Amino acid sequence: MARLQINRLEEGGCIDRSKPLNFSFNGKRLQGFAGDTLASALLANGVKLVSRSFKLHRPRGIVAAGAEEPNAILQIGRGAETLPNLRATQVELYEGLEARSTKGWPSLRFDIAAINDRFSGLFGAGFYYKTFMWPKSFWKHYEAFIRASAGLGNAPTEADPDHYEHRNAHCDVLVAGGGPAGLMAALVAGRSGARVIMVDDQDQFGGRLLSQRDRIDDMSGKDWVQKVTTELSTLDNVRLLPRSTVFGYYDHNFLAIAERCSDHLPQVERKGVRERLWRVRAKQVVLAQGAFERPLVFCNNDRPGVMTASAVSTYINRYGVCPGQRVVVFTNNDSAYTAALDIADANINVVVIDSRVGGAGSLGKVVRARDIPVLQGHIVTDVVGRKHISRVRVAKWSGDTEAVVENSINIDCDLLAMSGGWSPAVHLHSQSGGKNLWNAQSLCFEPGESIQANFSAGASNGRWQLSDCLRDGLRAGLEALKRCNLTATSIDAPVVEQLDDYNIEALWRVPAAYDADHCSKQFIDYQNDTSVADIRQAVREGYQNVEHVKRYTALGFGTDQGKLGNINGMAVLAECLGEDIPAIGTTTFRPAYTPVTFGVGAGKNVGLLFDPTRKSAIHDLHVSAGAAFEPVGQWLRPWYFPKANEDLHAAVARECIATRKSVGMMDASTLGKIDARGPDVVKFLERIYTHNIGKMRVGRCAYGIMLGEDGVLMDDGVMARLGENHFYLTTTTGGAANVLSWMESWLQTEWPELDVYLTSLTDHFSTIAVAGPNSRNVLQKIGCDAELAHDAFPFMSVQDTILGGFPVQLFRVSFSGELAFEINIDSAYAADMWQMLVTAGTEFDLTPYGTETMHVLRAEKGFVIVGQDTDGSVTPVDLRMNWLLSKDKDFLGKRSLERPDCIREGRKQLVGLLSEDNETVIPEGTQLLDDPSASKPVPMCGHVTSSYFSACLGHPIALALVSGGHKRKGEIIYASLADGSAIPVKIVSPVFYDAKGDRQSA
Amino acid sequence: MLLIRCPWCGDRAESEFSCGGEAGISRPLEPNALNNADWSDYLFNRTNTRGAHKELWNHAAGCRRWFEAERDTVSYVIKRTYKLGQAN
Repeated sequence: MARLQINRLEEGGCIDRSKPLNFSFNGKRLQGFAGDTLASALLANGVKLVSRSFKLHRPRGIVAAGAEEPNAILQIGRGAETLPNLRATQVELYEGLEARSTKGWPSLRFDIAAINDRFSGLFGAGFYYKTFMWPKSFWKHYEAFIRASAGLGNAPTEADPDHYEHRNAHCDVLVAGGGPAGLMAALVAGRSGARVIMVDDQDQFGGRLLSQRDRIDDMSGKDWVQKVTTELSTLDNVRLLPRSTVFGYYDHNFLAIAERCSDHLPQVERKGVRERLWRVRAKQVVLAQGAFERPLVFCNNDRPGVMTASAVSTYINRYGVCPGQRVVVFTNNDSAYTAALDIADANINVVVIDSRVGGAGSLGKVVRARDIPVLQGHIVTDVVGRKHISRVRVAKWSGDTEAVVENSINIDCDLLAMSGGWSPAVHLHSQSGGKNLWNAQSLCFEPGESIQANFSAGASNGRWQLSDCLRDGLRAGLEALKRCNLTATSIDAPVVEQLDDYNIEALWRVPAAYDADHCSKQFIDYQNDTSVADIRQAVREGYQNVEHVKRYTALGFGTDQGKLGNINGMAVLAECLGEDIPAIGTTTFRPAYTPVTFGVGAGKNVGLLFDPTRKSAIHDLHVSAGAAFEPVGQWLRPWYFPKANEDLHAAVARECIATRKSVGMMDASTLGKIDARGPDVVKFLERIYTHNIGKMRVGRCAYGIMLGEDGVLMDDGVMARLGENHFYLTTTTGGAANVLSWMESWLQTEWPELDVYLTSLTDHFSTIAVAGPNSRNVLQKIGCDAELAHDAFPFMSVQDTILGGFPVQLFRVSFSGELAFEINIDSAYAADMWQMLVTAGTEFDLTPYGTETMHVLRAEKGFVIVGQDTDGSVTPVDLRMNWLLSKDKDFLGKRSLERPDCIREGRKQLVGLLSEDNETVIPEGTQLLDDPSASKPVPMCGHVTSSYFSACLGHPIALALVSGGHKRKGEIIYASLADGSAIPVKIVSPVFYDAKGDRQSA
Repeated sequence: MLLIRCPWCGDRAESEFSCGGEAGISRPLEPNALNNADWSDYLFNRTNTRGAHKELWNHAAGCRRWFEAERDTVSYVIKRTYKLGQAN
């Protein structure tokens, strides 16, 4: 099959002709060689058509040889391993590689939607905005159509089976780009002992030296690269990262690198990590990413077979492939003359069309001496051939962009190598905060002053000659070393046989040959089908700012992010507006430089490692008991304990009744627990909590709330005074960490004079709540040193004691309204205690219950849950907690309770609700209405915050926040249900059960 | 990802810290003596400085200490950090 590689040259290139590799493209079996990219292998096989354009579905071929490739965006691999939107120019060939085009239906060659191209006038700038906006209700249909026909690849539907990881690193000098400048910087920094990381997005270092036939220090460029990288690889202080892309330059010299570890290997040989994200903090950065060659803008410049000149050189010199047999080179500068020589040396016919009347400098002489025809002062005006170039039209030109050009010559060809000049890759410099400056001589944006600790070097610093690049890299390396306070080892810049020159003259677009429609085929951004006509139209419709024109025309969107077309686009925009290019400015460069996978972003933070799951010390017993669990923040808590075939409602009804009738038990270990002590602890807590702390006696408990400074209820819990200057505080499950941080922030920033120590005990102690009329009997059965009778151990008190042989802190508090105890026990003994209680409780029908029953029991009592029955607007006054607000002291948030908004009429206040039909459980979140027949939009007077069926009461109950609710007891309002109906509900007290509180004080 | 120098622990990544906003906002000693406008000013209004800005930071995933930083809100350059009460 190798003989099918019709464009493969007999010799040359960095490929291994002894290692053929089989691969497939759109199902067709092809062969390339080790060292090929997918793009070079496709070109070797004469594959010209690789995709269809985004909007017009025009046939497209490979244009470039690197990250800037806009057309060859392919789907690689299959199944869970597949990756969409990869640039064929950056995909290393491996045995068994499967590649597919993602556009074109039913097939790439016969694409029905290509009819769009015939009506391209309908698809101008702003097409999507104008066409798909009406009627509004049709958007869902339009969206499906746009997605299907735009089709930029398919994400795998299976879970990603691969491993990704993140790694942090520090270095003295990070070198981004391993071309001539980067290699020199890394060499001098490495030899001088600096910790160096050198990154390149290709499998080999060398950059342009792999694509050109330069000679350095009397050896070939490739040999020089080999020598330098070999030396660097022996240095312990240098880390080489090939196949890696610096995709983001963030604050304070923090850079992100995506390393592709195994994608270049056949599927069966892939092991370990697929991609690695390096998070690097570098003292100094050398930016040497090189430059992008710009296309020229002429009619049908997007036809397959039109490529950049440097890409043609790369395919010839690096891969031993010449993608054509009759080549036209079209340029406005000297650099493409190198490509003409490369083509001629491959024994292929070449003609040079040079837009400059004066032609090229020294390289021109060499080319002429080789009898290569050169047409100076000529331009290519049009391309003939739809699925592949077959001819170009060439005209004489004097440099006037307004002049109508007559076609004069046709030249048959199957490859057009164009060069519209070079643009430094200033992306990372821009991301670092640096500005770009227009160089009117080189006609490009160059990096301006560095804002962070970095140095641009080589082609990305606007250096076009190899000798300059090497010197500039050396300079950047030396400056970086100096800033790191490291002594540089002396090193000389290598000697280069210099021929190339630049001498660019502006040719931002070729004058349209026949009519206005012509410029709609003068493409600027290939991937988005943005043409000269689109930019002109945007300007006609009033767009002037480059950022707006970008969004209106889609210029610079897409996977290549305008690497190829942006500067041409800005130049055309400047021309339309009659302004200079620097006055137009550039669009913003943002990470990522090239697309990165979700996998490398997620790293190991997937599945169970996405977020830690916290389990109580008793968790395993709950699992054995068959509990259903629910996540509460990071905690996994028992939700209910179903017996046999019980569902949630049946289990909760049973648990509620058993607790109120006899005794229930709950794992309350997730409550936040804070130990607070110190000489000033009373003074401190007085400021944090709203009630009078100083009046609490040792051994007693109190319900406490804390407010934000805005007066909004922040958290609540029971606190116990364990000693004169020693308190034990509980918080809500979700508020534990915040409350501790909140308290510490006041202690450190506002009241550093207070001598108080706060310690989190949340995980150290487990809490078991035993609730119900028989709770005392259960504790007595397992044996308690403390006298449990009411007078000896009153409601809201605490004792250190021995229970069932274990030391515990025993609280008599109740969140159910029943006689209840909470056992605080060292987490190491918690499971044993739970088991002991289960055994002892058999005769009392001791029933374990979960969070759902806890919610029902507390709602029956009208106890609120902070964050469920309250939100960021609810004050304690709204909850009728005025009794908790001390009048004798200041506390956080107190002043805010007097703010006009907090005392106005009509605030939403906590009430109870009863469905008038006595059976509807109103969904939580339901909006409440005064008058459902009012004209729409119907004003709402509140919403339901908690709602359950109370098995103990035999009817549904709900808590709600209702405007002015405290004064509206007995009124009927309406609950607006999802089906559009509204049912009457009565406003009642939020305490539905045992309003006097006799049971908990029994 | 800013690089922040905790006065106790040294240079650490921003992900270890939480920002507490503008520094130097003292809680009024007698809140009840303030009229609504002055209390609201303390509660809600901040200078929203463009340029040099003193702000509070907490080494939340480290030593848990609060400290102050002088940070430029345009360039994000942190000129210095210091322990509370040691501004000078």
